[in-house]
This record gives sequence, structure tokens and C-alpha cells, in this order.
Amino acid sequence: MASRKPATNQPASFQWSEENAKWCETQVAKFPDGRQASAVIPMLWRAQKQEGWISIPAMETIAKQLDMPYIRVYEVATFYTMFNLAPVGEFFVQLCGTTPCMLRGAEELKEVCREKIGPEMAINGKLSWLEVECLGACCNAPMAQINDYYYEDLTPENFGAILDKLQAGEHVEPGTQNPNRHTSDPEGENTTLTDESLYDGSMARPIDKLPNSEPAKTE
Amino acid sequence: MSDTRTIKVNGKEIDVDPALTLLQACEVAGEEIPRFCYHERLSVAGNCRMCLIEVAGGPPKPVASCAQNVKDLRPGPDGAPPELFTNTPMVKKAREGVMEFLLINHPLDCPICDQGGECDLQDQAVAYGRDDSRFAENKRAVEEKYMGPLIKTIMTRCIQCTRCVRFATEIAGVDDLGLVNRGENAEITTYLEKAVESELTGNLIDVCPVGALTSKPYAFTARPWELRKTETIDVMDAVGSNIRVDSRGREVMRILPRLHADVNEEWIADKSRFIWDGLKNQRLDRPYVRVDGKLKPASWEEAFKAAADKINATDPSKVAALAGDLVSVEAIKGLKDLMGLIGTPHTDCRQDGAHIGVNADGSRAERSSYLFNSTIAGLEEADAILIVGANPRWEAPLVNARIRKKWLNDLSVDVAVIGEALDLTYDYTHLGAGPDSLDNLGDFADTLKNAERPAIIVGMGVLTRADAPALLAKLAKLAGDTGVVTDGWNGYNVLHTAASRVGALDLGFLPGEGGKSTAEILAGAESGEIEVVYNLGADELDAAKLKNAFVIYQGHHGDAGAHAADVIFPAAAYTEQNGMYVNLEGRVQMANRAYFPFGDAREDWAILRAFSERLGKVLPYDDLFALRQAVIADAPVLAGIDAAVEPTSVDLSKLGSDGSVDSAPFLSPVADYFQTNPIARASKTMAECSATVVKKPLLAAE
Repeated sequence: MASRKPATNQPASFQWSEENAKWCETQVAKFPDGRQASAVIPMLWRAQKQEGWISIPAMETIAKQLDMPYIRVYEVATFYTMFNLAPVGEFFVQLCGTTPCMLRGAEELKEVCREKIGPEMAINGKLSWLEVECLGACCNAPMAQINDYYYEDLTPENFGAILDKLQAGEHVEPGTQNPNRHTSDPEGENTTLTDESLYDGSMARPIDKLPNSEPAKTE
Repeated sequence: MSDTRTIKVNGKEIDVDPALTLLQACEVAGEEIPRFCYHERLSVAGNCRMCLIEVAGGPPKPVASCAQNVKDLRPGPDGAPPELFTNTPMVKKAREGVMEFLLINHPLDCPICDQGGECDLQDQAVAYGRDDSRFAENKRAVEEKYMGPLIKTIMTRCIQCTRCVRFATEIAGVDDLGLVNRGENAEITTYLEKAVESELTGNLIDVCPVGALTSKPYAFTARPWELRKTETIDVMDAVGSNIRVDSRGREVMRILPRLHADVNEEWIADKSRFIWDGLKNQRLDRPYVRVDGKLKPASWEEAFKAAADKINATDPSKVAALAGDLVSVEAIKGLKDLMGLIGTPHTDCRQDGAHIGVNADGSRAERSSYLFNSTIAGLEEADAILIVGANPRWEAPLVNARIRKKWLNDLSVDVAVIGEALDLTYDYTHLGAGPDSLDNLGDFADTLKNAERPAIIVGMGVLTRADAPALLAKLAKLAGDTGVVTDGWNGYNVLHTAASRVGALDLGFLPGEGGKSTAEILAGAESGEIEVVYNLGADELDAAKLKNAFVIYQGHHGDAGAHAADVIFPAAAYTEQNGMYVNLEGRVQMANRAYFPFGDAREDWAILRAFSERLGKVLPYDDLFALRQAVIADAPVLAGIDAAVEPTSVDLSKLGSDGSVDSAPFLSPVADYFQTNPIARASKTMAECSATVVKKPLLAAE
């Protein structure tokens, strides 16, 4: 994982957009008096949505809004790896490198990233990338999250094409990139759990005893 | 705590308070539990996992004993008492596993680590560590952090117990420290590498169970086992913190706190802890006599002769004596008796000019009029606190820590301040800056009135003003109206700043009949009414005013007092002589000699005794014991060493007198926490702290 240090170049200040400032108020209002610090994660999220990353001035703004010590916001922002402490590209590629994806070829995808974008966290045009831990889509491994969407069943070829398109400003449909798959269904036909009797009730047995209990009373 | 629960620890049945944690219950049963993150004065974190024990009938896994309460234990079958085990193979294996994990990223640098020899990790590794490591990968390394001029960090040694974070947040009340990142990358840091802005930072070194936070001034100077440890009393403020002086030869290597639940708990302020390099600099180690306007080294006999000749040639009414802030009760008694034998009434211990210890009619005030009557620990019972003209954070950091402790543990307590609006580490209502606010407390008047145990803390910022008697009369009226003094509760508290003051007041080292106070002595010295001034370690006064008089300075540092002197008697500092000190709550405590004074310097009382002989007016005691008997005969209340201070009533009607009040705002006499006495001014460490912390003004409270 890349370094989780705040960027060296920090902006001078942070300003909520008008819409986000209102949104923050609704978040704070969700919590009882004196518990407004609970809104810290939603607000950090929103700041990241607004700016692409979370700067030190943004953390301090949020800390002041929520009446929290700066260090407490800083702790939260550094704890969660979803918060970017340094600027990222317009399309931020978070490439999964954990075991299932690695076994299915994430290493080659990393090579593609290095070739097309450069080193981790470096911004190249509209793109930057970072290897991350498991994103929970192992059934479609290997995969990457680009901004808010998952791109699955990647190969060096289709992944390279996606990056090229994004760099050119074109839209790429998220989800599985394997034309023979629908979401996480198996490729081609179903091969397991195909027996109709599983679903028509014919395999069901009457319950006469619950586990760890007396036998059910029958009339 | 009427009901207790019966539990079994290693087969031994005991009755314990159900609110105890399992760790505490095991300790009650006499079983020692290893721990790193658990600290009895901090909140429970439960993250080191070293205190694992086995609970019969509980989940089939080891239990972190610091984080579970006795009341949450499930009884055994048929209501049999729950059973805890601390010595089973499961416990041993679990702790060994924890220890192995802790040591994975811990460097093996004990030989160059300042914590070596008093390190919890080192000690517990002996009991639970493996003889080798199965971790073949690279250890992690963590960058050092900057935490100010007092704390040295070697963060690779950190085991993330977060004791320091909890101490800073909970006790010191500064949210400067935090644990950032997570997992393998977790690090303790200050916010963006700034210094920890507290006067209790030294305690971070004590709470750190490993060598991650160590003392910067003490770095690489000594090993704990080669130091001679002397239990004594601190004199940097009037709290009388219990300290341990670790010395090697004639050098203080470091100062550590001692546990005293009623005074300093187990903390001490930074000035008390890091003052020791000041004990080596600027010392007076031989007598001096001023010849042709210049101070020349002399022998004791020459110095005694010069001083005695002058005093014998002077009319007793033109001789005066002043006592400073760091001297012991015995020295003040010696000086008082000497002045009595000479026959002068001009004696005063209040070098800051505080209006205290004397009633309006000139008689000696009762003891409770100048004590911190509620006691320090008693502040935890107060439910409304009004601070007038004081900055407790700098004048008595541990009193401030108590107020914070109370404020933190009790949401109902109300604190209000009249005076400077400083960051005191707790929320308070700022009623105003000057005396005018005393007449207009607003809602807080009702708060005080409705409080069961209201307390008023009167600072030296009030008492040193010219209009102090009138202010005191106002405060007394306020105290009377709001029930600050009732049966069994006396919340009238004077916050002293000088360690010797209460003892001196107890002895009545005050102007006698027709005697002059400090200001009058200084004025007299300028005008020629006073020709000889015996200055016992008073350095916080305007020494330039003494230049017309013949000044005998007895003290240990070449500071303001010594520069104005005509004869200097070099004396021992507080770590170099035995002596009694009375703290602000009236608690008598015994300071002990850690090492012998430098050069020709002698103990204060011995100098006075020897000088009295040269004067031909011999003090009637030949040893410290006899002197102490004389002290006790003079002030019987000083007989009880460390006696618990009984709440006594105070006659409010005698406090102060009517007069006009100046509406200027209150100012704390401690403008620079790190530079309040000659020892501190001689200390490089204190100078550095002053430059880092004080030169930046404290943020005004919002």
C-alpha cells in the first residue's frame, strides 16, 4: 500500500460548495446534541467527493464545524484507506491485488497501469492508480474500482482499452467486461444447483423436531 | 459499595466490588497481571492484550482482564462463584503469543535504550518472551516525531498502547497526540509535528511502558540502577509534589514523581521534573564579600565577620530580613529567631507583597485564611468552582489537573473564572477580567448559592494588588452569601505560588510590632531607614532598590538577590538539605537530602546557627532535631508530618477591609511558567521550554 502521509503541497484553504455546506448541515442534524462528531466520516466523504482528495485545510474545516480537535479528524482520515490524502486523477483506478485477483492475473494488470499511467499515485492526464486490498468482488476477479464503479473480469487487453477510453474522455460501461457473463453469473450455462427438485419442494421433509428441543407435539 | 461478589481466582475465593475489572480483582487476590496499555488513572483501551486470563465457563478463549468487569461474569453451575485463572497453560501460551507479536516490530536496542532497566516490555519479556524470533521478514521502522523540547521519541520502539494519547487527552487536557494510520502502519504522532502544549508532558515519559517516549535532557546520561534514589518534596510551586531525586555523585540526573493520592497523584509538572540542570548552573559555591564595589571570593570567617561587624554596628531597628520562596521551614525559623535576638521587627516572607497572613488590625490571621482549605483532593467534591485572579494551569499545574479531573468526571460541576481568559484545559464561564465582575456574577451567583460545596480559588493575582484588602472583603462577602464555608466544608481556597510561603506564615515570619513589610523594607532600604537586609533566598523582588543597604544574601543561585548583595552566604538547594515544607493546603512534608551541597555551601539552618555565634547572639539549637523541636514549639500545627488536612472553618468577617477597588483586570503573577525562580532561570532546559511554549501566547478560551 502506498504511503498514507498527507501530501506535501497543501492548498491554503478549503471551502464547501454551497450545496455541500447545506448537505453537511443535514448530516450534523442527524445526531443528538453533543454527538455531532459522528458526522465526521460522511463529511470527510463529501469533502473527498468535492475535491477528489482530503487536504489538511479540509480536515481542519471539518474539525471546527464538528467541534473536534484537529488530531481526531486526522486520525479518522488516516485510518480509512478510502480517504485520499493526496490528489488523485479525475479517474482514480483502485486495482485489487489481493489473493483471488492476484491468482487471476492482477499482476499483469499492474503492469498495464505502470505502462499506461505510471507509478502508483502519480497523475497522468485524467488517470492515477493505486493497488488496494480486497474490494469484495472476488467472483469476478480480477477487478478494479474506478471512481465509484467496479470494472470486473479484466484482462490486460480490455483493461488497457478501458484506460485508453477514460483517458480520451469516453464513457465505459461498468460491471463485468466479459461479454459471456451477466453480472456475477457463471460464464455460459449454470453448472451447479441445476436440479429442479431443489426448488419445487419435493425434497423438503416435514419438521418434527427442532434442534435442541422437545419433539414437536402432533395431534 | 455495599454489595460484593464472590469470585474465585486460581481457586482462592475472594469478595470483590462488582465494579472492578477482572484485572483489579486478580490484584486484590494477590495475582500480578502483566499489562502495557492498562493504566489505573487512564481510561481502558484493551489493545495490548497482555493481560489475558482464563475465565472458567466463559468463552473458550482468553479474556482481556482489563476490559471486563466482575459484574459481567457468568456464575458457574448451581450459582457457584465464577472462576478466574491466571496461571494455566492456556494463559501462559496466550501471553507468550501476545509477547511474540509485540516483539515482531520492536527493535532489539535495549543496550542503547534509555528505558533499559526500567522497561515494562523488557521485564515482561523475561517472563513471557521466546528466546528467539520466528519472524524472518523485515521489521518496520517508524520516523521519529517532534514532541517538544522535553520528550525524545524513538517511535520504532512504540507498541501502540496509546497510553500517551489517553494521558494527553484525559489528564493533561490537550488534544495534541493521536494514533494515525492503522494496522502495521499505525503511528503515534502529534498533530503535524507540533510540540505538546502542556505543562504535564513529562508524565508521558512515565506512562510510556517502553522506550518510545524518553526524557530528552536525560538521554544517554545514566542507567537507573546506578542512581541513588532519594524521596523528597518539590518546591517549584506550592503544591508540594512528592518527588524522587535520582542522583549520581553530586549530580541530579533526573527527577521522577512519587505517588501521593492527595497531592500529586502520580504526576508532576514539567518544571518540577526538568529543573535539575538548573541545579548545576549559576551556583554559589563559596562565600563572597563586596570589596570596593566588587564581589570577591572570601572564606566563611571573612564573610561572617563582615556581616557580623555591620549588624553589630547598626541599630537593630535598621536591620530587616526577607525570606524567599524556596526555603524550608527550619531556615525560616532560624532567621526569625536570629532577628528576634537582634531585636528587629522588620521581617517578611511575602516578597511578592501579598496581603495575606495579617488581619486588617495588624494581628496575625488565622491559619485557614491563607490555606487551600478544600484541599487539593477535596476539589473533587466541589460542585461549583470560582477562580479569581489566578491561572492555576501555570501557578499550580496539579491543582489545575484536579479541577480538570473533577470537570471530566462530573458533568454537573460548574467552573467560572474572573481574570484572564486562558485555556485552562476545561470549559468555564468567563465572568470578566477585573474586580467589577465580582459584583456582577450573573447566573453564576445562583450556581454558587445552589451548590452544596462551592469553592472559591483566590489567586496571587488578587492578593498582590494594592487594593487586595478591599477585594478580599468583597470575596469574603461573596463567600458568606453563597455558603462557601459551612459545617464540614470550607471552600475558601488561596492558591499560593511559593513553596515556602505557608510554612513561613505558620511560623509568623511577618512584620512584628511596628515592623515593615517587604515593600516598606525596600522603600526603607532606598531611603536609608533600613541599613542592613538579611535576604534569605528572595530573588523575585526588585533588587535594585536594595543597593543603598548592606545586603547579606543567603542562597544557592547567583540571581537577582546575589547581584545586589554585599556578603553572600552560599547555601544548599532544596535537593541538598533536609527540611520541612508546608504545601498550600497546609500539609507538612519532609524534604530529604539527595547529595551534599557544592563547594563551601552549607545547609541553611547551619549557616544561620554559625552566623548567630559570630554575632554573639547564639541560636539555642545545635542540631536539626533541636531546631525542629523549636519549630514545633513555635507552631504546633507543624508537628504532624503529612497529616491529612482537616477541614477548618474560616472567619470570613476578618478577611480584608473596606476600601476602594481599582478596576484594572487581574493578572497572574506567573507570566512565564518556566522562569519563576532562580533554579529555573539557571536551567537551559527551562529556557528552551520557555522559548517554545510561552513565547507563543496561550489561545484564549472561546
